[in-house]
Amino acid sequence: MALLQIAEPGMSTEPHQHRLAVGIDLGTTNSLVATVRNSIAVCLADDTGRAMLPSIVRYRADGSVDVGLAAAKAQATDPKNTIVSVKRFMGRGLKDVAHVETMPYDFEDSPGMVRLRTIQGVKSPVEVSAEILRALRERAEASLGGTLTGAVITVPAYFDEAQRQATKDAARLAGLEVLRLLNEPTAAAVAYGLDNAAEGVYAVYDLGGGTFDLSILKLTRGVFEVLSTNGDAALGGDDFDHRLFCWMLDQAAIDPPSSEDGRRLQIKAREAKELLTSCEEAPIHVKLGSGEVVDLVVTRDQFAEMTRHLVQKTLGPVRKALRDAGLAPEDIKGVVMVGGATRMPHIQRAVAEYFGQEPLTNLDPDKVVALGAAMQANALVGNRAADEDDWLLLDVIPLSLGLETMGGLVEKVVPRNATLPIARAQEFTTFKDGQTAMAFHVVQGERELVADCRSLARFELRGIPPMVAGAARIRVTFQVDADGLLSVSAREMSSGVEASVLVKPSYGLSDDEIAGMLKAGVERAEDDMLARALREQQVEADRVIEATEQALASDGHLLDAGERAQIDAAIDTLRKLRDGKDHRALKTGIETLARETDEFAARRMDNSIRAALAGQKIDEIQV
Amino acid sequence: MGVTLSASAAKHVAGFIAKRGKGVGIRLGVKTSGCSGMAYKLEFVDETQDEDLVFDSHGVKVIIDPKSLPYLEGTELDFVREGLNEGFKFNNPNVKDQCGCGESFNV
Repeated sequence: MALLQIAEPGMSTEPHQHRLAVGIDLGTTNSLVATVRNSIAVCLADDTGRAMLPSIVRYRADGSVDVGLAAAKAQATDPKNTIVSVKRFMGRGLKDVAHVETMPYDFEDSPGMVRLRTIQGVKSPVEVSAEILRALRERAEASLGGTLTGAVITVPAYFDEAQRQATKDAARLAGLEVLRLLNEPTAAAVAYGLDNAAEGVYAVYDLGGGTFDLSILKLTRGVFEVLSTNGDAALGGDDFDHRLFCWMLDQAAIDPPSSEDGRRLQIKAREAKELLTSCEEAPIHVKLGSGEVVDLVVTRDQFAEMTRHLVQKTLGPVRKALRDAGLAPEDIKGVVMVGGATRMPHIQRAVAEYFGQEPLTNLDPDKVVALGAAMQANALVGNRAADEDDWLLLDVIPLSLGLETMGGLVEKVVPRNATLPIARAQEFTTFKDGQTAMAFHVVQGERELVADCRSLARFELRGIPPMVAGAARIRVTFQVDADGLLSVSAREMSSGVEASVLVKPSYGLSDDEIAGMLKAGVERAEDDMLARALREQQVEADRVIEATEQALASDGHLLDAGERAQIDAAIDTLRKLRDGKDHRALKTGIETLARETDEFAARRMDNSIRAALAGQKIDEIQV
Repeated sequence: MGVTLSASAAKHVAGFIAKRGKGVGIRLGVKTSGCSGMAYKLEFVDETQDEDLVFDSHGVKVIIDPKSLPYLEGTELDFVREGLNEGFKFNNPNVKDQCGCGESFNV
């Protein structure tokens, strides 16, 4: 028998037409599922009352699969088949995964995405994530008493197309209809923004177990827009535990601990850290394998002091994100705290100090992302009254999208931080006479040269009618949907021939690389400018040389030996300059060749007119 | 007679209204659809209509439109848990038969 929930006024559904929708926070360490029930967003707990599902999957020899706590227990005994933090492998190649050598897994590098060899065969990260999603779907269906209509799944704002696509694939594999992928900070803002009906510019400070993300969001009239994002892919709550762990080793003069003792001490460090959130001091009592007892007390001030540099480290990305958004700390109307690590009082204090205001902490920082996703899911399936749900979400492109043009240069089509969904079109043309095909190379990044950006996809447009160079008009349209998935199409305007590609990219850009690419884009701006100027001149030189040689081949007889030698010499000079580094000298060389061939060009022109007019009477020539 | 809430239902309704931040009570009603004739309606109420009947049960206002009342007379709304699922259940003495899911019924 179905149990009923209270609907919004006028929003009762027909029987058997419940639109059950959930929000899922598919986290690196823990995952959650939430829904809006009786108009209130709640996280759904398992039968033991736990809302957080450890993102751990264990493949067992008997063919069964454990997910969550049961899998976590086997982490030490069966590390090879117990996959933790699979999110780090989503949409990544082996070379993108940091610290592969310290991981217990049996990796298999395969095109696109790394795979893991387990006792149940080779598994892709998509399959492993699907197990987590399936567990959450089953929990939700048991809790809501029916099949789910759809889910909103959150992803980090910096996730690239490959990682987003991998997340969607995992959801489909788990039998979930994805209503939308939502950026994690945006979800957090939804949870707070809607509850408090707030407007203005907000910062979302998300310190998770292993990663730090800072996003600047603008909320106006119910519309959310991500202005900028920044972060540190290798900074999280675990680093605070580790700092305390090192302090404990130091104090107790243990060096180095056995792996068993190390694990015990690490667990104690985490417990002590959590206790310090509510208490001024935490006792640490550990009995080591040797029978020796470690008995310490750490105070809140000591802990704050030993981890102060970590807190400071989070403020760098904060400053950069603000700068990207063109804002100062005082422009921020509120700061949303996300992630269990933000419970630490000295972090809240540092954030309060930097922004000059107390951060928002009234929602559970572990759950806020899932709650926001649930609210979004609820709105997307149409469970909210129309008058109050005229809001939609706008996210941004983390890195610019563009095309490779002649000479390995990047033409940016969609700029970084453009809001989603977006469609941008730009016209390109052919480079050679009679060119009937064109290759497109879609890249992502901030640099001017293709080699410094990330390759996303390649495709070809064929069947362009033969025309002189520069006459064809090829319109290339970039479209990024609300989930951040990219499709690129090219259309030759006169004939209508078309080609397109849905970017299922050659996976493989790490967070560090994204951060690195952004940084390099700024630091190398001048190098890039020079490199671009040189490449442009080189492309022009190639074009001029080719055109001149073609003309010499067809109309060389118009020149006497002396003239011919002069032009040949100018071409030789230009060839040498072309392979040099000086774009100004190259430009001069191109101009020289153009001057040397002026007379030749004039003669060719006369010659062809004479040929066209030969044998015709004056009155037969149409002007 | 009228319509009542069980103590558990009243407690949950009051809690939901408080968290929702607005609402004067809940509306119980029926509409003609569903696989077995009539279907229940359960909604928050922000504004009562002139013709509405209002009952008080454990301090929670239960609002019913007069057309629905004959079908609901004597009903008690309960809040129950079944495994992980939880929600409201109509205990309606007027019901002759209902579909397996309990969302619709005949009188």
